[in-house]
Amino acid sequence: MPRGIELRELRKTYRTSNGPIEAVRGIDITIEPGETVALLGPNGAGKSTTIDMLLGLTPPDGGTVSLFGEDPEHAIARGAVGAMLQSGELIRDLTVRELLTQIASLYPRPLDLDATLDLVGIANIANQRTQKLSGGQAQRVRFALALLTNPELLVLDEPTVGMDVESRRAFWGTMRDAASHGKTVLFATHYLEEADEFADRAILMARGVIVADGPTTEIKAMVGTRTIRATLPDVPVEQLERLDGVTHAERRGESIALACFDSDVAIRALLAAYPQVGDIEIGGGSLEDAFLELTA
Amino acid sequence: MKKRTTYLRYELVRTLRNKRFFLLSLAIPLLIYVLVAAPNRTDRSLAGTGVSLRLYFMVALASFGAMNAMLGAGVRIAVERSAGWNRQLRLTPLSTRAYFGTKVLTGYMVAGCTIALLYIAGGGLGVHIAAGNWVKMTLLLLVGLVPFAALGILIGHLITADAVAPAIGGLTALLSFLGGIWFPVGQSGVLHYVAQALPSYWLVQASHVAVGGHSWNGTGWGVMAAWTVIAARLAMRAYARDTGRG
Repeated sequence: MPRGIELRELRKTYRTSNGPIEAVRGIDITIEPGETVALLGPNGAGKSTTIDMLLGLTPPDGGTVSLFGEDPEHAIARGAVGAMLQSGELIRDLTVRELLTQIASLYPRPLDLDATLDLVGIANIANQRTQKLSGGQAQRVRFALALLTNPELLVLDEPTVGMDVESRRAFWGTMRDAASHGKTVLFATHYLEEADEFADRAILMARGVIVADGPTTEIKAMVGTRTIRATLPDVPVEQLERLDGVTHAERRGESIALACFDSDVAIRALLAAYPQVGDIEIGGGSLEDAFLELTA
Repeated sequence: MKKRTTYLRYELVRTLRNKRFFLLSLAIPLLIYVLVAAPNRTDRSLAGTGVSLRLYFMVALASFGAMNAMLGAGVRIAVERSAGWNRQLRLTPLSTRAYFGTKVLTGYMVAGCTIALLYIAGGGLGVHIAAGNWVKMTLLLLVGLVPFAALGILIGHLITADAVAPAIGGLTALLSFLGGIWFPVGQSGVLHYVAQALPSYWLVQASHVAVGGHSWNGTGWGVMAAWTVIAARLAMRAYARDTGRG
């Protein structure tokens, strides 16, 4: 009997006026209890659709979802799931404290309210009405809402979207304090650094499929940050991968592509080792490009 | 048990704090009643119904206010949906039943206030009813609001926030007009038959109980039951489907 999270052959197609869009195209994910997993991918990769199906908010066209051996509906009904969704405002006409009390009352073992307010840093706005909050404050309240419920599985769909670098760091700092005690955590992000710093494991999605799944260190190395393209016949890929700064090399005919975590070091190493190299291009930098590279 | 009341309590608090919604829900029927009934307080039998004008319109406008209060739950649902709150709520252990139950009780709270206010105004204009009949009439009104509760939830989950006000406004106007809230429906003709198929008609008919008349006949109970069952079914289905990111 599976005890963690199991997604099997999951698929979803949206019908739009421009024809069907295959948002998720048959993915398998297994997450052990207690794991912290990042679902990494560019916009449109299918992350939110996957999360919506995992939470039972969107019925899949095919495949199954099992949360701790149950379907999402039952897991949610016994309070095993807490989530911070990507979009969503708070309902109005309650104070932050009242809203949190109201939602916490639905869960079997919520955390202490005041402790959670302190942890998330919103004790100072506890008595404000929800409609008076700024966007950033509301986002923190939504985070507090997810933490407060003290679930077995915590799902965060791009929780730091719209935050500046400093707020993002503060957010993950809080997260580390709050949710590292045996909880299963799944979060979607398009920031490689977030996955790297916070998750044990990253699942890389692009265009509705999983392109990589493994420890974050591995994923980081695979994705690299820059790609060097050049013409260089007759050098085996294995030798190219041994160059400093290069994480992954590929060959197509006479041209090569090197995924690099440090392209400055890599280009010097490449030129030093193979002065005959020509048609050099250094490109990419964004995660999106790296994904396209991996999935081309 | 205590937990369930916590959730409900804050829903009620929220409704009361939405002052514009709450006060308008109470003020409008009261104002119309006073404007219509005060100058005609001596009319003993409105259009031959055997019910005095001040009593008829007291019940009619209590029905109107209560109907609005119940359907108003739909407006609130549509607004919560457009804010994405519904998706958040669905990830909590709150059951569908408790969710609906809370919405209905919130509607009843506002409806109860409007009914009480109209009774007080009616009393002020000289409406006298035997105590037992007050109770019977009130019970009938409260039962008669059940289909409106289901309709409110249905509309709230079907229609988006920007269209829900005209939808509910239009429906209320139609049900009021055809159901005899603005003027008694005649005893014959097409309108009479149309009216009998509407829950608003039977709601207003509760005024007959006040003067010792019978409560609803079989048709009345049947119509109310049919509206309730159909609207509740459709509301459940609309709620079940309504999970998208909009």
